[in-house]
Amino acid sequence: MLPGRYLTTLALFALGAIAVPAHAATIQIVMENLVVSPAEASAKVGDTVEWVNKDILAHTATAKSGDFDVTIAPKQTVKSVLTKAGTVDYYCRFHPNMKAVLKIAP
Amino acid sequence: MFVRLSIAVAALSLLSGAALAQGAKLTDPQIAHIAYTAGVIDINAAKQAEKKASNKEVKAFAKDMVRDHEAVNKQALDLVKKLKVTPEDNDTSKALSKQAADKLAELGKLKGAAYDKAYVDNEVAYHKTVNTALETQLIPSASNPELKGLLQTGLKIFQGHQQHAEHVAADLK
Repeated sequence: MLPGRYLTTLALFALGAIAVPAHAATIQIVMENLVVSPAEASAKVGDTVEWVNKDILAHTATAKSGDFDVTIAPKQTVKSVLTKAGTVDYYCRFHPNMKAVLKIAP
Repeated sequence: MFVRLSIAVAALSLLSGAALAQGAKLTDPQIAHIAYTAGVIDINAAKQAEKKASNKEVKAFAKDMVRDHEAVNKQALDLVKKLKVTPEDNDTSKALSKQAADKLAELGKLKGAAYDKAYVDNEVAYHKTVNTALETQLIPSASNPELKGLLQTGLKIFQGHQQHAEHVAADLK
C-alpha cells in the first residue's frame, strides 16, 4: 500500500518534470508614460511575457522582425508566449518613440 | 520656417497675454477648458488629415492623434465630473479656437504633398506651443493635484507626439 503510493507519487513528479521542461518563467514588461521598462529584457523560448500597459492610451509591442505584434488596451495586461529565439527590437506602432529590446534565448 | 515660428510665438504670447490680462493666475476651471480645447483642436486637424492626407505615414500619424487626444480628453471629462468642476471658457481658449479655425481653413485649401507637409509642420509647431504652455503656465497654475497630474501625463504624451511629428516631417523631406 505505502510503497505503491510512494511510487505513484514519484511517477507523477517525473511526469510533471517532463511536461514542464526548463522552468518556463513569466516576465513583466511595463509601459508607463510612454516608456517601456525594462528597455532591455531577457527571456527564453517558452516563457510568457506579461505586457502591462499602465497608460490611458493604447500601445502595441510590435517586433521589427514581424515575430510578434501585440496590442495592449489602456490599463490592461496581455500575456503572450515566446515561440522563437532571437534578439528582437520592438516598438509601439502608435508611439514609435517607444522602443525596447527583448533577448530570447533558445 | 519663419512663418511657423511666428505662429508658435504668437500663440504663446496669446496664452501669456490672456493670463496676464486677468491679473491673476489661471483658475482650475479655466485650465481644464484650455487643455480640453487644445485637444479638440488637434482632433479636428487630424480628422481633416485622415481625409486629405495622401502619404501613408501622415495618415497613420493623424489616426494616432485622434486615438490619443480622444483618450486624454475622455480622462479630462471624467476628472472634471469627479471634481465637480465646470470648465470655464476664457480668452485663451477663444484665441486658440479662432486661430485653429483659421489654420484649418488654410490647410483645407492645400492638396497632395503640399497638404501633407503643411499639416505635419503645423503639428510639430502646435505640439511645441502646447507643451511649452503646459510646462510654463498650465501645470504651475493648476491647484488641484489630480488636475495637475493629468496635465503632467498629457505633457509626456504630447512630447511623444511632438517627436513623432518631427520624425514624420523628416521622412517627408
